[in-house]
Amino acid sequence: MKSAIIDQISGTGVPVRGNDIDTDRIIPARFLKRVTFDGLGAHAFEDDIAAVAAKGGRHPFRDDKYSGAAVLVSNSNFGCGSSREHAPQALNRFGIRAIIAESYSEIFFGNCVSLGIPCFSVSHDVADYILSSIEENSSMVLEISVENEALKIGDEVIAVSLPKGAKGQFLDGTWNARAQLLANLEKVRIMAKSIPYFSEYQSLF
Amino acid sequence: MGKNLYNKVFERHAVEQLQSGQYQLLIGLHMVHEVTSPQAFAMLREAGLKVAFPERTFATVDHIIPTTASDRVRPLSDAMAEEMLVHIEKNTSDYGIRFFSPENGEQGVVHVVGPEQGITQPGMTIACGDSHTSTHGAFGALAFGIGTSQVADVLATQSLAMAKLKVRRINFTGKLKPGVYAKDVALAYIHQLGVNGGVGYAYEFAGEIIDQMSMDERMTLCNMAIEGGARCGYVNPDETTFAFLKGLPYAPKGTAFDKAVLDWQAIASDSDAEFDDVVEIRGEDIEPFVTWGITPAQSVKVSETLPKSSAYKGSERQVIEEAYEYMDFESGQAIKGVAVNVCFIGSCTNGRVSDFEIAADVIKGKHVAAGVRALAVPGSMKVKNELEARGIDKIFKDAGFEWREAGCSMCLAMNPDKLKGREICASTSNRNFKGRQGSPSGRTLLMSPAMVAAAAIFGKVVDVREVIS
Ligand code: SF4
Repeated sequence: MKSAIIDQISGTGVPVRGNDIDTDRIIPARFLKRVTFDGLGAHAFEDDIAAVAAKGGRHPFRDDKYSGAAVLVSNSNFGCGSSREHAPQALNRFGIRAIIAESYSEIFFGNCVSLGIPCFSVSHDVADYILSSIEENSSMVLEISVENEALKIGDEVIAVSLPKGAKGQFLDGTWNARAQLLANLEKVRIMAKSIPYFSEYQSLF
Repeated sequence: MGKNLYNKVFERHAVEQLQSGQYQLLIGLHMVHEVTSPQAFAMLREAGLKVAFPERTFATVDHIIPTTASDRVRPLSDAMAEEMLVHIEKNTSDYGIRFFSPENGEQGVVHVVGPEQGITQPGMTIACGDSHTSTHGAFGALAFGIGTSQVADVLATQSLAMAKLKVRRINFTGKLKPGVYAKDVALAYIHQLGVNGGVGYAYEFAGEIIDQMSMDERMTLCNMAIEGGARCGYVNPDETTFAFLKGLPYAPKGTAFDKAVLDWQAIASDSDAEFDDVVEIRGEDIEPFVTWGITPAQSVKVSETLPKSSAYKGSERQVIEEAYEYMDFESGQAIKGVAVNVCFIGSCTNGRVSDFEIAADVIKGKHVAAGVRALAVPGSMKVKNELEARGIDKIFKDAGFEWREAGCSMCLAMNPDKLKGREICASTSNRNFKGRQGSPSGRTLLMSPAMVAAAAIFGKVVDVREVIS
C-alpha cells in the first residue's frame, strides 16, 4: 500500500515572518483538548492572529489577500517546540500543501513528511526574497517541483532544497512509512528476540 | 576508534534500511498519554490493525488532568478533558495496555512515571508522542519524541522510520558552584548552542559534572535537550544509574539484574569513542540562569542585565525585539528585581522528589510574598506520596504554597491551572513560549526550583545564592 506521489505543488503563498515560530503558536495548547484533528484549520495561529489584531494589524492567516494560499513561507527553526502533530494537521487543514523556510525543527519536519507536506529549505536571503515577493504580489502563484527542487515564481526559478530521504519518499509515494514498517513486522519480531531486554530480563507489563 | 552509545544502541535496533535512506528502528518501550494518542488509536481502528507489542507499551494521563482533589472527581467538570480521559481508558483497555491511572495511585507525568517505576532502562530505544521524551536519555537510552502518525506506527509495528543522527558530546568540566543546579546547566548549554544548535544531532552529556549528578539531575538535563534542537540527549549509564534502578518495580531482579548491568556497561560509549562534534563547557562559568524572552535560549545569568538588541543582526534581531515587546522588558535592564505574580514548581523538568527538597530548603520557615500565587505540583502520585510521608508537603503548605495532585499543570495549562492576562510566572518548566502557560499574553521566566522558591518568597527575581548563604 503506497501513498500518493507528491511532486508538483502550486498555489499562492502566505508569509509568516519570524524565527523560532513554535508549535504552541501554530496551534495553542487549548485546541489539543480534542480526540480528533477535525476543525483545527480554523484555529491555526489563533493567538498570534489576536495579538496582531489587538495592535490594529492583520495576521497573514486572517488577511483576505492571502486566502486560499497553499505555500507557507517563514524563516528559521520553524515548528520548534512541542511534537504535537496538531500543528502540521492544523496547517494542512487550513490548506497548506508545502512549506518554504530557512530551517525546521526535526520533529515538525518528520510530522510534515508523514502528512505529505514537503518542507523546503532556503537561505535567509532567499527566504526574505520570497517573503517580500509574496507580500508585494499576493496573487502570484508559486510552482514547486519536488523532483527538481525548484520553485518557479513568475519567470524566475529558484533552487529550494529537500533532504534526499524525504525527497525520495514524496516521489515514490512512501512518505507515509507505515506500509513499509508493517511489511517488516515479522523481521521486527525476530529482532526483538535477539535484544536482551526484550527477551531475557523481563517482559515489561 | 571506539563507538559511542548512540551508534551502538541504534545499530542494535536497526531492523532494515528503508528506501528513503532512513532506518526502521525497533522500539523497546512505547509510552502513551491522552493528548497525542486518541487520533493514533483511531488510525489503528480505521486500518483494522492491532497493537503489536502491548506488553512493551504503557499509558498515563498527565496533560489534561486537574491537580486539585475536588476537581478530579469523575466525570471531570471539563467535558473535553473527560472525553480525553474516557478515550485513554477505553483505548488502553481495548488493546491490553497497562494504564498508570489516578485510581491505582501510579499516575503522573509520563516522563516521571517511566523512570520512577524502573521501566526506563539503559540501552533501550524509547518513543512517546511527546517532545520531552528526551528525558529518558538520562539512563543511557535513545528516547525520541514523535508525532501522532508515528504513535500509530509504533503501536502497529513497534518500530519507527528514523534517520541516523550525528552525535555531539558536550563535556562539562570542573565543578558547579553552590546555588547552581542541573536546570542552570541545561539553560547554560541552550544559551551557548542556541535553540536550533542541536538540529541533526543527538547530544551526549559527559564530563566530571555529569558523573557527579544524580539521576534526577541528569533527567533535568536531558529533558531540555529538545529545547536545544537536539532530537535526543543522553548520559552514559554508570553506577549511579544502576543503583537508582536496583529494586524498582519493573527493573530486572536478582541475577537478571547483574546480567543486565553487564549489558548496560557494554552499551556505554567507549573511552575512545568517536563524535561528530565535541563542545566543552566549564562548570565554573555557569551561574543561576533566568530566561527573559520567548525561547529557552533567551536567558541571562541572574547577575546580568538583558542584552542590547542592537548587538544582534537580521532575523535574530527581530526575534529579540519581538521578545522585548511581548515580555515588556527593556534591553539593559536587570533581571534581578523583576516582580512575579505566580510561581510554579513542577513539570517533567523539575517535578521530582529532589526538586521539591531543594525548594523546601529555600522556603522553610518563610512565607510566600503577598499577592503571589505559588503552586507546588508533584510530577507523579508517587513523588507526592513520598514527599508527604516525609512531611515536606507541610513546609510548602506552611509557606503558603498550594500543594497539588500530580500532573503537567501550569507547564502548558491544558488543565484548569492557567496564568491570567499579563501575569509573570517564575517557572521550573521547560518552555517560555508565548502563551505557553494558558494566557495568550502570559509571561514565563524559566529557572531552577531553588530560584523559583526564592522568587516566591520575595515576590520578584532574586539571586538564590544571596538567600541561602
Ligand atoms: S510537564 Fe510539560 S513538558 Fe512535561 S510532558 Fe507535561 S506538558 Fe509536556
